[in-house]
Amino acid sequence: MEICRQNEALEIRELDPFLAELLRQIPESAQPKDSPAAEERLFSPPAAPEEKVLCAEWKLYVVPELRRLFQSATETVREDLQQLRCTDKPFANCTLRIPMAHADAWLSALNQARLAIAATYQFSDHELCDHYRSPLGSRRDLSLFQVNFYGFLQECILREMEGND
Amino acid sequence: MLTFFMNRLRRNRAAQCAVLPVIDAPCSALEMPAIEKQEATSEEIEMPWNVVVHNDPVNLMSYVTMVFQRIFGYPRERAEKHMLEVHHNGRSILWSGMRERAELYVQQLHGYLLLATIEKIG
Repeated sequence: MEICRQNEALEIRELDPFLAELLRQIPESAQPKDSPAAEERLFSPPAAPEEKVLCAEWKLYVVPELRRLFQSATETVREDLQQLRCTDKPFANCTLRIPMAHADAWLSALNQARLAIAATYQFSDHELCDHYRSPLGSRRDLSLFQVNFYGFLQECILREMEGND
Repeated sequence: MLTFFMNRLRRNRAAQCAVLPVIDAPCSALEMPAIEKQEATSEEIEMPWNVVVHNDPVNLMSYVTMVFQRIFGYPRERAEKHMLEVHHNGRSILWSGMRERAELYVQQLHGYLLLATIEKIG
């Protein structure tokens, strides 16, 4: 895999089918439907539980807006990921082009996915810092690899954004 | 989100009406019982509040720094100082002031998926 800047886009070239599949999973991973832990993390309370009125109003007015904001980001990413529909040669390496105008949406979607996965699997600090763990093994190991791979992409996007400033 | 702040604004205005000695038109006698309940809220609003960001092992340090720069307009050095404080001490106070603005900051921080809360000072 190779990541480079091409005019107003970030190109991820030579994406092998495994990594391409992990990228395809970003939108679903970002919006887990069956994980209360992920839901709790993505929509955390704005104050201590004693602030009952604020917390209740937050749930009523702010959470739906945040949900829309997050969904809009994942939709942008989902559209960009259409490029990975390699129908003619399913096992060939492919290229993904991320327009820099979509960088914020990608950062958000990758972050949503990382936070949701980490909350679902309750990864420890030690696990999250272990970048050499093999992805081959349990579903948990694969999810940890997913968190780290998405984090690596976030770093690449952030570096390119800083280069723009 | 606009609805949230409009609602708060209405409540605050109602609370202000309740403590003002001058009776103005929108504060009719019918509204008074509800307004009475809001007086404490008005006092709370005048108290300074902290915007606190809490540690999160998943969010990248570079991402957190960028978010602090964007939301608070801090220079990179100051944003990094706060980020490191969060990382090492588990939390950092990013801003202090009026409650409504503090709530707005927390809302923006949640939009970037940081763990943020507002806390009463004192």
